[in-house]
Amino acid sequence: MSFTVPQDLEARIDELVSRYPVKRSAVLMVLHALQEHFGWISQEAIEWTAKKLGLQPINVFELVTFYPMFRQQPAGRYQIKICRTLSCALAGSHELHKRICEKLGLDPTKHGPQTTKDGKFTVEFVECLASCHTAPVMMVNEQLYERVEQAKAFEVLSQCG
Amino acid sequence: MPSEYRLILKHVDQPGYTPDIECYLRHGGYEVLRKALALKPKPLPDGRVLSPQEQLRDEVMRSGLRGRGGAGFSCGLKWSLVDRKSRKPIYLICNADESEPGTFKDRQIIYKDPHQLLEGIIISCYANDVHLAYIYIRGEFVEGAKILERAIAEAKAHGFLGKNILGTGYDLEIYVHRGAGAYICGEETGLIESLEGKRPYPRIKPPYYPAVLGLYQCPTIVNNVETLCAVKHIIAMGGTEYAKLGTPNNTGTRIVSLSGHVKRPGYYEVEVGKVTLRDLIFDPVFGGGLRDGHTLKAIIPGGVSAKVFKAGERVKVPRRTPDGKETFAELDVLDLPYDFDTIAAAGSMSGSGAIIVLDDSADMVEVLANICEFFAHESCGQCTPCREGALWMCKILRRMINGGGRKIDADELLRIADNIAGGRTICAFGDACAWPVLSIVSKFKDEFIARATAAEARRGKQTVDSERGAQCAAEPVSAN
Ligand SMILES: Cc1cc2nc3c(=O)[nH]c(=O)nc-3n(C[C@H](O)[C@H](O)[C@H](O)COP(=O)(O)O)c2cc1C
Ligand code: SF4
Ligand code: FES
Repeated sequence: MSFTVPQDLEARIDELVSRYPVKRSAVLMVLHALQEHFGWISQEAIEWTAKKLGLQPINVFELVTFYPMFRQQPAGRYQIKICRTLSCALAGSHELHKRICEKLGLDPTKHGPQTTKDGKFTVEFVECLASCHTAPVMMVNEQLYERVEQAKAFEVLSQCG
Repeated sequence: MPSEYRLILKHVDQPGYTPDIECYLRHGGYEVLRKALALKPKPLPDGRVLSPQEQLRDEVMRSGLRGRGGAGFSCGLKWSLVDRKSRKPIYLICNADESEPGTFKDRQIIYKDPHQLLEGIIISCYANDVHLAYIYIRGEFVEGAKILERAIAEAKAHGFLGKNILGTGYDLEIYVHRGAGAYICGEETGLIESLEGKRPYPRIKPPYYPAVLGLYQCPTIVNNVETLCAVKHIIAMGGTEYAKLGTPNNTGTRIVSLSGHVKRPGYYEVEVGKVTLRDLIFDPVFGGGLRDGHTLKAIIPGGVSAKVFKAGERVKVPRRTPDGKETFAELDVLDLPYDFDTIAAAGSMSGSGAIIVLDDSADMVEVLANICEFFAHESCGQCTPCREGALWMCKILRRMINGGGRKIDADELLRIADNIAGGRTICAFGDACAWPVLSIVSKFKDEFIARATAAEARRGKQTVDSERGAQCAAEPVSAN
């Protein structure tokens, strides 16, 4: 499959690039836009971004490997990010993570994001999501869920179509 | 009676208060900007003339405002250090990375009152002759970034932003720039590198003070979301009036993020130094006390980077008597006023204003393991003590939790932390990852020893080869 950036997306990306006096500055914003569209950052996406911004592919690649939010492989349709950090841990987020993993047939002891075989869910632990007063919290795609008891988590999962 | 003092959060959470510009305008929005833009040059008795920009900066200096992002540096002083002679453009960056664990105050402003932030930014930019500003927002605030984009478009449509703002000839563009999940982007020079499209490796200071050599090697102001909102209120009420809020050298209000084992976790805006940790944790208008049947064990007073206070700990801090004399007082940590200076004098910091409360159900080894896991994950990797040390500490704690503890681990942790802290690294992350270790291990050493003793006994009195170095001591023992 060849890598093509649709015209409207490229127009949006050009607008993003125009926001900076130095093109290179736009790289995170461009990667976000590409990942939103394609679901992940492929080698082709890296090369395309580098060309767009007048960089070497390595200049883009080293960002994709550094910043946790960029993925080098496709993720599930629903990405579940459970907060691992202190206030959420005190409120039971590790138990929550374990229950969710077990429910979806994933290994709760494994590090890093894991995707279910059907490609529906990706589950991962993330650091503090800046909502510690409503711990434990998790995100499903762009949506934040607060005070996630196990029952609430399962309900959210069951609503994912 | 301690109570909240809502200045920045005045309208937030009021029924019917929405983030759109119409609602903001109905509540007097952008009036302060009009006031700032209407300032005329002011002749002084000595014949000098103060430009409107200088007048605005003077107000901020007079207000005593200190940064709300973590370091508590004087905002007026920071602005006065900006290199205005270089003739390079001056940039302003709003630090909306909000990633210090325990902190969730900027989120409230961004999501619920974005125009207040924009007004603060526009006034601050005008005061500093800035024509291009960025809001660096953490990647996980996806919705927050959209809310800000929308607010910027609305402000432009109303002439508060863009070319020739309100017909004054002043031009300013503000853009939202999204991070991508790395804590170190909150450190201002790491943030600048990130905004330049590079890995967010913090820069060494000197020479890279943002006020002189910031974004694109131009003078740059980096301020926290809450700090920039405070500027709006300072210009509204005047610096002198603002300085009457709070306590001397710790002026104004600040938003405390309270979480952990309290009945009413939440965000509370208070006058700085007018309430104590006891008020914040136990008073019914704030934390409302611990969960029933539990007692207090420890307090993290300024985000997980801060040194921990132990319940019952007594600290000696300078206090001012009513007639202005400085004396010392020995206080229970709970009776410390929550400000910048007293918390620092007590050996910790109020940092980002995040208080995490731990009751007797907390296992301090596990608490520290959780914190060290964070720092090991987030070190940018430039400096050897930080990159290696953060990971060693994390691995030792992981091993302790999995039943592989050794009695020497406590001292080993202290030794490693001691070798990271104290200016041995490029940025303050080094200290930040060492402080929780230094404070928790030394104040709760018995828990570390007890856990290790039990583990050693279980393993059949295996002795540790004392000749093995730090590297080996840090080797994880597998979970089973
Ligand atoms: C490791 C580290 C992380 C930081 N994270 C943040 C952050 O998330 N938000 C923030 O406003 N400041 C953060 N800071 C502080 C900034 O470096 C900087 O001091 C602050 O943005 C200045 O704004 P202020 O003077 O208005 O507080 C961090 C500092 C360090 C050392
Ligand atoms: S102290 Fe740590 S986070 Fe800061 S620059 Fe050095 S390695 Fe990076
Ligand atoms: S610790 Fe989970 S949101 Fe902050």
